[in-house]
Amino acid sequence: MNWEVVIGLEIHAQLSTKSKLFSGAATSFGAEPNTNTTLVDLGMPGALPVFNKEALRMAVMFGKAVNAEIGMTSVFARKNYFYPDLPKGYQTSQMDHPIVGKGHLDITLEDGTVKRVGITRAHLEEDAGKSLHEDFHGMTGIDLNRSSTPLLEIVSEPDMRSAKEAVAYVKMIHSIVTYLGICDGNMAEGSMRCDINISLRPKGQQEFGTRTEIKNVNSFRFIERAIYTEIERQADILEDGGKIVQETRLYDPDKDETRSMRSKEDANDYRYFPCPDLLPIELTQAYVDEIAANLPELPAQKAERFMTEYKLSEYDAGVISATRAMADYFEEVTKAAGNAKLAANWVMGELSKYLNTEGKEITESNVSAEQLGGLLVRIEDNTINGNTAKSVLQAMWEGQGSADEIIEAKGLKQVTDTGAIETMIQGVLEANAAQVEQFRASDEDKQKKMIGFFMGQVMKASQGKANPGVVTPILNKLLKG
Amino acid sequence: MSLEKQDVLKIAHLARLALDDNDAEQYQHSLTSVLDLVEQMQSVDTNGVEPLSHPLEAKQRLRDDVVTEDNRREAFLANAPQTEAGLFLVPKVID
Repeated sequence: MNWEVVIGLEIHAQLSTKSKLFSGAATSFGAEPNTNTTLVDLGMPGALPVFNKEALRMAVMFGKAVNAEIGMTSVFARKNYFYPDLPKGYQTSQMDHPIVGKGHLDITLEDGTVKRVGITRAHLEEDAGKSLHEDFHGMTGIDLNRSSTPLLEIVSEPDMRSAKEAVAYVKMIHSIVTYLGICDGNMAEGSMRCDINISLRPKGQQEFGTRTEIKNVNSFRFIERAIYTEIERQADILEDGGKIVQETRLYDPDKDETRSMRSKEDANDYRYFPCPDLLPIELTQAYVDEIAANLPELPAQKAERFMTEYKLSEYDAGVISATRAMADYFEEVTKAAGNAKLAANWVMGELSKYLNTEGKEITESNVSAEQLGGLLVRIEDNTINGNTAKSVLQAMWEGQGSADEIIEAKGLKQVTDTGAIETMIQGVLEANAAQVEQFRASDEDKQKKMIGFFMGQVMKASQGKANPGVVTPILNKLLKG
Repeated sequence: MSLEKQDVLKIAHLARLALDDNDAEQYQHSLTSVLDLVEQMQSVDTNGVEPLSHPLEAKQRLRDDVVTEDNRREAFLANAPQTEAGLFLVPKVID
C-alpha cells in the first residue's frame, strides 16, 4: 500500500541566559557535577522560585519571530512525575496558558518550493538534572547542574510529510533561535533536542494513524535517519495487518533502530495543576511591541536582502543566510573584496571544503573573513588567477601568512606584460612545431579543441603565472601565423 | 461518582504512597465523598467565567538575569546519605 507519513515535532531549545530559570545559579556547560546548584534547584523544602526576566524576553522574541500570538497572561503549571533527577517531584512548565500561542514559519524544500509549517505553541519550562548510570557500586549518580535551566519547548502542528521536510523545519528553527541569540544551537551539548511524533496513513485518508514518539534526538542527521527507520518499522507492521502501539521510543544511532521505552508507558498521568509558588505573568502591549520593534534581521529577511543587495541567486542566498555566523562572514569578505558573487563562491566552495574536512564551524576558521577578502582582492586586480588563489588559500589555511605575503614569498604574481607573454608563447610554439602545423591544417571545429593543448603548454611554461586573459588573444593570433 | 479500589491504588502509586488494604478502603470512601462534592459543584453555571489559577490579585515579580549564587556543593552533599565524585547516589533507576 502507498503510505503517507505525518510528522510533528517538539523541539526543546535551551535559552542562553546566564542564570537559571528560577534561581541565581550559573547555567555554564561542563561545570563540575552539582557545582551550579542552589536550594531551589535541589528542591529543598521552603525554597521558592523567582522567575528570570531574560528568559521571558527571549520567549517573547521567539514568538514574534514566528508570527505567533503572545500570551499576555501566562501561567506556570506543575507536571508531576517521580524520577531521581527531578528532586521536586514535578517539573515547572506551562499547560493551559503558554507564553507563545499559534504561529507559523516557512521552510524551503530542496526543489525550491516553499511550505508553511504551523507552530501550535511554545512554552517555558525548566530542565531536569542528569542521571549517570555508570557503575557506582550498582547505584545511580545524580548531577543537578542542569536542573532549572530554562528551556523553550516549541511544538509544531503535524504538518510535515517527509523526513526531509522535518529536517528542513528543525534547521529553520535552529536558524531562527541562533539569529535571535536566544539559544546557542549546540546540538551535541544538548542545547537543542527534538522529540519526533510519527504516524502513517493510507494515502488519501483524512484521519491520522496511531503515532509513536521518538524522544531526545540530537542531530539533524539522526533526525532524518530515525524517521526513515521508524517509517519502515510502522509500514512493516501495517502491511502485515498489525496495529501500531502508541508509545515512546528511543533511537539508537549505532544500530540504526528505534526501541520501545516500556517503563514509562503505564504511568503517563502527569496531573498538571497551576503552580502555587509562581503567580501569573502579565505582559503589557508596550513591552511586547518594544521587543517586536527590536528583533534582529531573521534568516528569511537576510536571504531576501542578499538577493537584492548582492544579486546572489536564491540558492546561494539561502545557503549563506542559514547561519548568522556564515552570513556575517560572507558580508565581511564582500566588504573587503568588493565582489559579492566571488565572495559567495569562495565561502561556499573552497573555504567550506577546508571547514568540512576538519569538522570546524565557520567561527573557528583558520582564515578570517578579512584574510579571505585580501585574497579575493588579488583575483579581482589580476595579480593572481583563480587556480593560483586556491594554492594561496591552502598556504593561508596552514598559517603561512596573508595572501600578499604568500604571493610575494612564493613569487606567484601573475605575468600580464604583453611582450614577455608573447616571447614565451613563441618559445612554446617553436618547441611544438609539429602540433602547430597540424593546427593550421585543421578546420575551425578541430582547432577549437586543439587550443587547450597550447594553452596548457603556455601555463606550464609560465608556472601558472601567465594571465589567461592576456594569453588567449596573443596565442590565437600567433597560431594563425 | 464513586472510586474503585483500583483507582485508589493507582493514585497512590503515582504519588509513591504505600497503602495497605485497610487504608485503601478508607481512602476509597473519603475520596469518593470529595468527588461527590465536586459533582454538586458541577451544577453551578460557570459559563463565561475564566478558570482561576491563583486567588491573589497579584502578578509575578521578575528577577534580573544575574548569577547570584556561589558553589555550595560540599554543604549540599553533606545532607545526602551517599555521595561520590561530587554526585548524589540513589538506588539504580534503570533495568
